Amino acid sequence: MKTLRARHLTSGAMIGLTYLAAVLATLPLILILWHLLKKGATSVSLAFFTNMPKPVGEAGGGMANAIVGTLTLIGIACMIGLPIGVGAGIYLAEKRITPIAHTVRFLSDVLNGLPSIVMGIFAWEFLVRPAGHFSALAGGAALGAMMIPLVTRTTEEMLRVVPVSLREAALALGYPRWRTSISVVLRTALAGIATGALVAVARVAGETAPLLFTAFGNQFWSTSLRQPIAALPLQIFTYAISPYDEWHAQAWAGALVLISIVLVISLAARFVTRSRFGAPVD
Amino acid sequence: MTAVPADVLQKDRRRLRVHGAEIGDRIYEIVTTGCALVVPALVIAIAIAIFAAAWPAFAKLGLSIVTSSDWDVANGHFGAAPALFGTLVSSAVALIIATPLAIGVAIFLSEFSPTWLRQPIGFLVDLLAAVPSVVYGLWGIFVLVPMLREYVMPFLRDRLHLGATPFFSGPAYGPSMLAAGVVLAIMALPYISAVSREVLMAVPRSQREAALALGATRWEMIRDAVVPYAKSGIVGGIMLGLGRALGETMAVTMVIGNRPEISASLFAPGYTMASLIANEFSEATNDLHLSALMAVGAILFIITLIVNAVARWLVWQVSRGRVS
Repeated sequence: MKTLRARHLTSGAMIGLTYLAAVLATLPLILILWHLLKKGATSVSLAFFTNMPKPVGEAGGGMANAIVGTLTLIGIACMIGLPIGVGAGIYLAEKRITPIAHTVRFLSDVLNGLPSIVMGIFAWEFLVRPAGHFSALAGGAALGAMMIPLVTRTTEEMLRVVPVSLREAALALGYPRWRTSISVVLRTALAGIATGALVAVARVAGETAPLLFTAFGNQFWSTSLRQPIAALPLQIFTYAISPYDEWHAQAWAGALVLISIVLVISLAARFVTRSRFGAPVD
Repeated sequence: MTAVPADVLQKDRRRLRVHGAEIGDRIYEIVTTGCALVVPALVIAIAIAIFAAAWPAFAKLGLSIVTSSDWDVANGHFGAAPALFGTLVSSAVALIIATPLAIGVAIFLSEFSPTWLRQPIGFLVDLLAAVPSVVYGLWGIFVLVPMLREYVMPFLRDRLHLGATPFFSGPAYGPSMLAAGVVLAIMALPYISAVSREVLMAVPRSQREAALALGATRWEMIRDAVVPYAKSGIVGGIMLGLGRALGETMAVTMVIGNRPEISASLFAPGYTMASLIANEFSEATNDLHLSALMAVGAILFIITLIVNAVARWLVWQVSRGRVS
């Protein structure tokens, strides 16, 4: 039997270790942001956003095509992922305990954890292989499919927060169920659903693996949805594994821009929810 | 006699309205059900797509895909054992590093953190999950790998004399299984800690108070009363992190060295299934090569599917008792 003193010492030491864990766990993010700022900030200028990539050996140049490409891909992904995800979320919130709801809920969680490269293979098999060439559309579809389970689950959670009394009030006033759902329940939860959409966008914006063999990347300007298109993460990857210093500098700049986009979206998402749901709803 | 037609009229109108509402409700239900069914359809479609594409390789090569370590495209040998080995080892290294940190941070946040620190630290750790993997890869190539090569690897091998074991021996190239493990640890950390924090917070207050009332120190309270209560949820969180680590592609491809050989040393370069696919997919020329890559994808798909399903089930076990 240990003495009380020894037990308290152990206790103090272990609690100290959890403090240490907290410090160590926050360290990587701070280090990564610090290095991105240090190595990327010098190459980010207006030209970075408006110019095209320069050939090897020339300093400068920008990633205009990749930035536009990423925005295009996100646009396609949203058109696929948002309506389906919100629809499925509504279903889950309204039919909580049917067997289908349980299955869908479980499978969307499982889908959420699937490696993104598997999604890329899937889009390649269905959209690239039959067409015979890489395309922006296939890349957007892969990202859109990744968004579906994320949007589904957050929509469901947000709809569940809406008080039942609101729904009952609308029904009592003679609203049909579908109108109650759309103009009362959905509208009340809109900010939360927007948050979910933002989180999903932030996640797919930085995805690279599913784009490797769908959007493929493009060194030139292209806005055609049927052609390969450039994307910021792909460009960063290509530049990072190249042996050229100029390209490394561009990769750091690209990464700084990419992470800024992702962080701004994540912060916006957090801010929207807090201002809306910060106070207890019911 | 004027009252009757008015009555009939009103009845008709009501019936009309009810009828209209019914049609609207039916359409609404069909649309939302359709959307919901997209999710299972997607899972099935993914499974069919991958297995259909992988079938020729499975039929021709059989089990040698996972047992052979001879990956020679020119001669038609496709043994992905090194990639399978690399996936498992890099993920294991990641979990060994990430699990204590993640649980430590979760315990700190749920039990000891001052209130004003709870939000910012939780947020910073959560943000790790939002960093794109290609950014981790870039940071890994230019910051982490040189750091491991110059300081950490020599320290482990020579100062701690771990070079005597096969796991930390050999020259320190930089790109290595260890580098992949460290990057994956950082990437898995937020998933494990988020789930752990949630389940720890779900442990009833009375559980803690009872332990303290029996004379436990604060650490004994956590070890004997809080953690056992949340155990299966924490294990679920670890499995979720494992799922992430197993399937992670870009960051690993950039730091692991991409050499299809099995080595006991963590200092040696390796390969993973995901990075094998990422590297060779768009360059695959003949059908068997492509199909073999798909077969590797199919194996990865099955492994992550099982890991994720078990993880979700474990987390649900805990959270279901609390929510509904």
